[in-house]
Amino acid sequence: MNEVWMLLGMFIVTFGVRYILFAFADNIEFPDTLKRALNYVPIAVLTAIIFPAVFMPKGEYYFAIENPYIFGAIVAVVVSAWKKHMLLTVVSGLAAFGAWKYLFV
Amino acid sequence: MKDCAPLILAAIPFGVIYGALGQSTALSFWAVLAMSVFVFAGSAQFIAVGLIASSTSWPIIVLTTFFVNFRHILYSANLLPHVKDYGQKVRAPMAFLLTDESFAVASNYLKLHGDKPNFNWYYFGAALFMYLNWQLCTLVGLYIGQSVPDMANWGLDMAMVVAFIGIVVPCLHNRATLACALVAGGLSLITYDWPHKTGLLFSAVSAILVAMHLEKKSAPIVDQNNASPMDKDQQENKS
Repeated sequence: MNEVWMLLGMFIVTFGVRYILFAFADNIEFPDTLKRALNYVPIAVLTAIIFPAVFMPKGEYYFAIENPYIFGAIVAVVVSAWKKHMLLTVVSGLAAFGAWKYLFV
Repeated sequence: MKDCAPLILAAIPFGVIYGALGQSTALSFWAVLAMSVFVFAGSAQFIAVGLIASSTSWPIIVLTTFFVNFRHILYSANLLPHVKDYGQKVRAPMAFLLTDESFAVASNYLKLHGDKPNFNWYYFGAALFMYLNWQLCTLVGLYIGQSVPDMANWGLDMAMVVAFIGIVVPCLHNRATLACALVAGGLSLITYDWPHKTGLLFSAVSAILVAMHLEKKSAPIVDQNNASPMDKDQQENKS
């Protein structure tokens, strides 16, 4: 992992996206389809990271009642849907994960 | 300043958790901080840390960052009529500080006051405040991560998972968003073995296509200020 290349690349693409229209300013209107598609990007990318971390924590499928990641994730989903509160979600999900791990390992 | 107080408060746990997560990965202390200083993009930083934790190569991380931050081009398009009169020396830092939150505050200000005469100073005041807050929270997170030894061993990967859940779940407010999450999650398991995390991008793109198909069939959602479902929910969260 080359940190410097990664940071430089992330800086260039992020600043590039934010600046390109300002740099060549004029009015511009984007197609509605693109606007709507972009709304879904964070949901899609984050969930695609969450699922493997939960269901295959060691790189292999681990569908079992003992899997503490699954239990912790379920608790986090319920708390988040109910309270919509970041910190509460993190704390309860981690507590559930820890308790489950302690019970089964 | 009071306009952005709720957003600043909302960003604090994200910044601290980002710092603590970054600390637990292969990234050095300075790299975690440098990402906040130079990239300054909350969700992309979280995702980068998540990808580093699963040892992804840097070109894929950069590509994913581009993908995730592409929505900012909509914000800049929206602000374009209001920055026309400023030179590049003003526009470039404005663009650098353009995030979900600064856009939300800026578009709200423009709605209430129009852009004359001091929109740029208002914008810089709010955005710089957010920027400094983000750096401070990253530092706090880094120190917390350092002071708790072996965080990775007792499940910091899980901390990332629950933090992501806390971001995603409030966005799932209709069939299309729910399907988007389920398809992305399901496919990501099936495509996990694809080289260089290409399965991640494939899953995300497929999920977005499915969501748009479903959205077209049901009633279209009204787009408020171009705000993504994510912003709206985060603002509701904290108010």
